[in-house]
Amino acid sequence: MTDVRSGQPPGDGAAGAARPSVPVARLDDPHLQPAARHPRRVEGIVALSFLVGIVCFGGFGGAYWLNAKPWIIGTFFGAGLLALGFGLAAWGKYLMARGPFVEERHHLAGSAAERDAMAAALVQRTGAVVKRRRVLGGLFAAGAGLFGIVALFPLLRSLGPLPGKIFDVTNWRRGSRLVDSNGRPVHVDTLEVGGIMTVFPEGWQNTDEGQAVDQTVLIRVSTLDTVTRPGRETWGPQGYLAYSKVCTHAGCPVGLYEQQLQLLVCPCHQSMFDVLDGAVPRFGPAPRPLPQLPLRVDRSGYLRAQRGYGQPVGPGFFERTTT
Amino acid sequence: MSTTFRPRTKREARAAMGRYGVVGKAVAEADDRFGLAKGGRVLLDKIFPDHWSFMLGEIALYSFVVLVATGIFLTLYFVPSTSQVIYHGVYKPLDGQRVSAAYASTVDLSFAVRFGLLMRQMHHWAADVFVGSIVVHMARVFFTGAFRKPRETNWVVGTTLLILAILNGFIGYSLPDDLVSGTGIRIGYSILLSIPIVGSYLATFLFGGNFPGNIIIPRFFIIHVLIIPLVILALIGVHLGLLVRQKHTQFPGKGRSERNVVGSPMFPNFAAKTTGFLFMIAGVLALMGALLQINPIWQFGQYEADKISYAVQPDWYMGWLDGALRVMPAWEWTGWGHTLPWEVFFPGVVFPGMVFTFVLAWPLFERWFTKDDGIHHLLDRPRDRPKRTAFGAAFFALLFVLFGASSTDVLANFFHVSLNATLWFFRIATFVVPVVVYAVTWLVCREMQTVPGIGRRKRAVVVERSVEGEYTAIPSEVRPGDEHVELEPVPVPVMIEPEPEPEPDRAGAPTGDRRGSRGVRRVLR
Repeated sequence: MTDVRSGQPPGDGAAGAARPSVPVARLDDPHLQPAARHPRRVEGIVALSFLVGIVCFGGFGGAYWLNAKPWIIGTFFGAGLLALGFGLAAWGKYLMARGPFVEERHHLAGSAAERDAMAAALVQRTGAVVKRRRVLGGLFAAGAGLFGIVALFPLLRSLGPLPGKIFDVTNWRRGSRLVDSNGRPVHVDTLEVGGIMTVFPEGWQNTDEGQAVDQTVLIRVSTLDTVTRPGRETWGPQGYLAYSKVCTHAGCPVGLYEQQLQLLVCPCHQSMFDVLDGAVPRFGPAPRPLPQLPLRVDRSGYLRAQRGYGQPVGPGFFERTTT
Repeated sequence: MSTTFRPRTKREARAAMGRYGVVGKAVAEADDRFGLAKGGRVLLDKIFPDHWSFMLGEIALYSFVVLVATGIFLTLYFVPSTSQVIYHGVYKPLDGQRVSAAYASTVDLSFAVRFGLLMRQMHHWAADVFVGSIVVHMARVFFTGAFRKPRETNWVVGTTLLILAILNGFIGYSLPDDLVSGTGIRIGYSILLSIPIVGSYLATFLFGGNFPGNIIIPRFFIIHVLIIPLVILALIGVHLGLLVRQKHTQFPGKGRSERNVVGSPMFPNFAAKTTGFLFMIAGVLALMGALLQINPIWQFGQYEADKISYAVQPDWYMGWLDGALRVMPAWEWTGWGHTLPWEVFFPGVVFPGMVFTFVLAWPLFERWFTKDDGIHHLLDRPRDRPKRTAFGAAFFALLFVLFGASSTDVLANFFHVSLNATLWFFRIATFVVPVVVYAVTWLVCREMQTVPGIGRRKRAVVVERSVEGEYTAIPSEVRPGDEHVELEPVPVPVMIEPEPEPEPDRAGAPTGDRRGSRGVRRVLR
């Protein structure tokens, strides 16, 4: 069937007898012929691809030199690589020996004796040592184990501070004035009914902490004092309601206000909070209402916090006690 | 005899080099020093099976090459810092604004650095393709049973590579400190926080305090450009090393058995094909980077913790996690002064943990289930293992449903369906679709097994009606080129007999077999 026969490499017949027989192919072996049915045609295509590649790289250099638009530089660059690669792959696939060739798989596993020798080396040698020097082995293991544990301290503990109570508090205090991101205080006339803005405790706008933790959404739902839950009778003066803007689900800013349904919607995972009912979640994965900030209007007509939130804002965590 | 031989012509010089010329000399020199002829020859003869599905892993490998190359370029310009700067760069809409150094440098490397935008977009596309090709490659390995003994270790290494690729993708696209990725980090912080007992400690340790802090971008940077790439590189080494040691799997076929590998040799066939393929992948990624915009952070704006945009979506490989966060009901446990936020902890930590544990342990599951302890080098056709195939299909169906669930808002908007209905659809689909897919796949596999000659090219049937009205059906002749003639596989020849000297004909002009010799030269080239 095949033109490959076992023999010796040509040219040294004398030493050949001692060598393992090796396959020698003849040039006209069908396995060595190109895979393509029409090699000339493929040759042309490969040559054309290489030429396209050359032209594209030239174009790339020129386009870069002239500071052309990025997409032009990039197109020359990519097309050049693609053409060059296509030609090379086609060369390998269609113009080289078609095969198929075969390779024997050798057993990876050794003989039973070799396995035994390996296992014996591991068991007998170490076994003898540890048996005779049990205390030493134990001491070394204790040392290495202790190192493994204490090495974790600097690796973990040095990274950052202990959490302490940082998730329980915000910078809202009794009397904190509500300001916008530019630090302008919010007056009772600032919002029309249906208006919404993001506010911060004065002095904390434009700080990381203020933006991430203290961010509060202020909505005006009415011109009359508004009560969202029993016990919050004084919290919504002149229709102003303030809720923590940090979603109780995964901490995204609850940035969408659906005015007609009076819902605050989190754009990340679509939790919806009922603005008129204490921001109780009506839909989605959020488990808790957004904490409400009790407001009052001071003598000059500016909005202030009666006190802080009184509970952690944002997503849940193990140490969180208030429900 | 003269004392020294001086070659006077080129031919004499060539003859003096020995039979294989410069290459032969180089091989001899290298062999003297590194003993490379014996093993090197074995490597050149290594057989690579010719099946398109074996190319999927190469896509992953070469995307990684592109990632490293483009990534090195980006590190030269990116500033991993959240310190605030006043922007005065080429991007005019941002002029005079306070932005972080990370964001400003990303905008500038996109617009001010020539070739920078292309490198950035290419890097981002390569990351998406990297993860995608790993997934498709793993699907191939799974559905054909290539993970079975002795290759379980490589399955585990590959799965670890997938996890690292996803992790590094997330960390990488978080680096520019833009509004979309910053929201992703915020969610990541909340997921860390949700872990019982250690969650708040992990979060404050990693971020150096409460979110966002100012240390996370520099830390992400060094993790992204050094730590994870090094681990990936080492694991790729292990992956390929094991592949060479254990040799490829192959589909059953003519002359193929558990004891051999049939295909093309490493050199020159596979080397040419795979190098060409590397160029092609780099080329396609460059074209994508040139023509398809990705992650235009200047449109998103820089991250500020109190700002958010609508329809924020992560890169595709995070979609199933985002979808899981969305479909999970609001189940939070409270008691004994503690909170267990299942609504984040389950979809954000437990579920992905289960998914990857399941994937990692699949070879064990299957061995335990089939009691098959044997060594396998021949691949299964998926239809011949209906249970495994159905299981895999159901698994992918679950991930696809969750992926779809990550765009509930966009779908609801697009189809004008209520958001609530969309979410409930996905909540139910998460449980129903995998079951249905399992059943359907199993049935289809069983059905396919019974069809004779499936997978083979069909011949036309000529139906003739005789004068008496009798119909006869005769399979048509094989049309030229219809039947792929495959030769009997042979070992790679150690030597090829040299070209016979062209015999001079009577007129003294050499004739030779010109066509034959051209064919040969083509082979050797």
